[in-house]
Amino acid sequence: MLERAFRGSRRYWTFLLFLLILSLIGLLFYLRQLDRGLGITGMGRDISWGLYIANFTFLVGVAASAVMVVLPYYIHRVEVFGGIKVFAEFLAASSILMCLLFVLVDLGQPKRLFNMLLYPSFSSVLFWDVVVLSGYFVINMLSGWFTLDYEEKEEGPPSWLKALLYISIPWAISIHTVTAFIYLGLSGRPFWHTSLLAPRFLASAFSSGPSLLIVLLLSMKRFSGFSPKTEAIEKLSLIVAYAIVVNAFFLFVEIFTVLYGDVPEDLMHLRYFYLGGPGSRFFCVSWISSLLAILSLIIFLIPSLRRRTNTLFIGALSAFFSIWLEKGIGLLVPGFVPTPVGRYATYFPTLPEIMITVGIYALGALFTSLLFKVALRNEPA
Amino acid sequence: MRRREFLRLAVSSILVLVSPVRVLAGRQKAWAMAIDVEKCIANKGCNDCVEACHETHNVPSMPEKRHEIKWIWLQGIEEVLGAQKREDFKEKEVPVMCNHCDNPPCVKVCPTKATWRREDGVVMMDYHRCIGCRYCMAACPYGARSFNFLDPEPYIKNLNMGFPRRTKGVVEKCNFCEERLAKDLLPICVLACKEKALLFGDVNDPESEIGRLLRKKMALSRKGHLGTRPRVFYVF
Repeated sequence: MLERAFRGSRRYWTFLLFLLILSLIGLLFYLRQLDRGLGITGMGRDISWGLYIANFTFLVGVAASAVMVVLPYYIHRVEVFGGIKVFAEFLAASSILMCLLFVLVDLGQPKRLFNMLLYPSFSSVLFWDVVVLSGYFVINMLSGWFTLDYEEKEEGPPSWLKALLYISIPWAISIHTVTAFIYLGLSGRPFWHTSLLAPRFLASAFSSGPSLLIVLLLSMKRFSGFSPKTEAIEKLSLIVAYAIVVNAFFLFVEIFTVLYGDVPEDLMHLRYFYLGGPGSRFFCVSWISSLLAILSLIIFLIPSLRRRTNTLFIGALSAFFSIWLEKGIGLLVPGFVPTPVGRYATYFPTLPEIMITVGIYALGALFTSLLFKVALRNEPA
Repeated sequence: MRRREFLRLAVSSILVLVSPVRVLAGRQKAWAMAIDVEKCIANKGCNDCVEACHETHNVPSMPEKRHEIKWIWLQGIEEVLGAQKREDFKEKEVPVMCNHCDNPPCVKVCPTKATWRREDGVVMMDYHRCIGCRYCMAACPYGARSFNFLDPEPYIKNLNMGFPRRTKGVVEKCNFCEERLAKDLLPICVLACKEKALLFGDVNDPESEIGRLLRKKMALSRKGHLGTRPRVFYVF
C-alpha cells in the first residue's frame, strides 16, 4: 500500500518537493533557535507562550474532529461516510504529529524531553496531554492503515480494529478536553479560568476540523480522480453548521458573563481581546476572526450557499481561519495581557518563529499528502 | 502462633524505630518573609534588595525588556495589594518576589517536577531537570518567574563564583536564598535593606521575630482569594 505514495504525477512530486523545501527551511531556522535560544522568537517574560503553543492548541482541535466522521459511521451507520473515514483518520494523525512538533520546538531544553517520561508528574496536565496525544496518534495511524488493509482484502474489520475504533471516540473528546484543561485550571489567568473553555474547544474543533477536511476533499476532487460523494460532503457541512452555531452561542455566553459580572480582571482581558491595548493593535486578530466567523455562519446556514461547491469552499476556509485566529493567538495573548501586575505587554512573532511554524505545517502537509495518496486507491489522471 | 509472633515483633520494631526519628528531627521549620510597607523607601529610588539579590545569584541584565530576568523587583503597591486611598501610599512601591506558596500552582503544573515545594516551605528549582516548557510561568498568578530566552553568560555583570549560573532554556525565580539558609544565614535581600524593612524567619518558632510580628500586626498576602497561601506578607 505504501508504494502508492511514491507513484504520482509530475504535479504531485512538485508539490511534495515544495513542501519538503519549506520543511527544510523551517529546520534550518530551528537549528538557529537551538543554538541561540528561544530569544529569537517574539516571546518574552510576560507573554511566555506564542505562535508555537497557539498552533498546537488549534491543531489538537483539528485532530479531535476525526470523531465527527468516525462516530456517525460506526455508531449511527451513516454509510456515506465510508469513503472519507480513512481521510479523516489520517488527517487526525498528521495534526497530532504537528501538535507534538509544536510542543517540541517550544521547549527551552528539548534534549531533556525524556525527563517527562523519567520523572512524570501526575498532577501536571501537560504530562497527561502528551500521553493522550501520543495514544491518539497511534490509534489513528493504526485504524486508518488497517481499515485500508481490510477493505482492500474485501474482508470485514478485525475485532481488535473495531475495539480500537470504539475507543477512539471518547479518546478524541479527551484529547481536546485535556488540552483545554491545560489552560482552564490556571486560577491566575482569568481569561482562561472558565469551565466553558473545554466545551468551547470542542465546538470550535468540530467547526474547524471538518472544514479543513471539506477543503482537502474538494481540492482532491479537483486535482486527482477522486470524487467524494456529494452526500458525504453535505452531511459533513451540516455538522460544521451546527458546530459554528454552538460556538457562537458559547461566545455569547462568555461575553454576557464578563460584561454583566463586571469583574475588572475579566473585563480587562476581554477588552484587550476586542479593543487591544496601549501600543497594541491586537483587535485586528479578533475583528478579522469575527468577520470570517460571520461569513462562515452565513454560508453554512443558507442551504443554497452550503450546497454550492465554490461557496462551500470559501465558507470552510473562513471557518478554519476564523478559529485558527480565535483559538490560536487569540486565546494565548489575551490570556497573558494584562499581566498579573497590570502591565500591557505586546507580542509579535519574529521571522524565525514564523518560518519554523511554516516548516511544521509543511511537514504536516507532506505527511498528510503521502497518507492521502495511499488512501486514494486509483492513480491520478 | 509463629505468624502472630512475627507480626507483633515487626509492628513493635517499626514503632520503636519511627518514634525517636520524629522526636530527633525536631519541629518543622516554616520559612516566611514579612515586608514592613511603611519602612520601605523604594519610592525614593532605593533598590538595594534587588541589586543584592541579582548580583549574588548571577541574574543577568538582558538588553531587551522582554527577555528580562528578575527574582525580586519593585512594584507599585496598588498593583500588589489593590487600590489605596492613603495619601502617602499613592506613589508607594514594595518589593515583590516568588511567594513560596504553601499551595503552589507552579509545582502542580510542572511536568517533570523540576520545581517542588520543600517541607520548610521553600519552592525549589532544579535547573537540570527543567525542560523549559514554561507552564509554571503561565500558572504563577503573580508573574514571579523568569525564563532564560538566551544564554545569560554574556549578560552577567560580575560573576559570583559561589553560586551557579543557569543555561539558556530554563526557568528561574527567587529561591529564598536556600543556599544561605543551609548555612544559617539570612537571605541577602533582608541583609541588604538599610531600612530593615524585610524580616525573615521561621514562623513555627514561637520565639522568632517574624512570628511575633505576624501575631501583632495586620498582614496581607497577594491574591489571597486564589488559595495559594503565600509565605510573603506585607505588614502594616
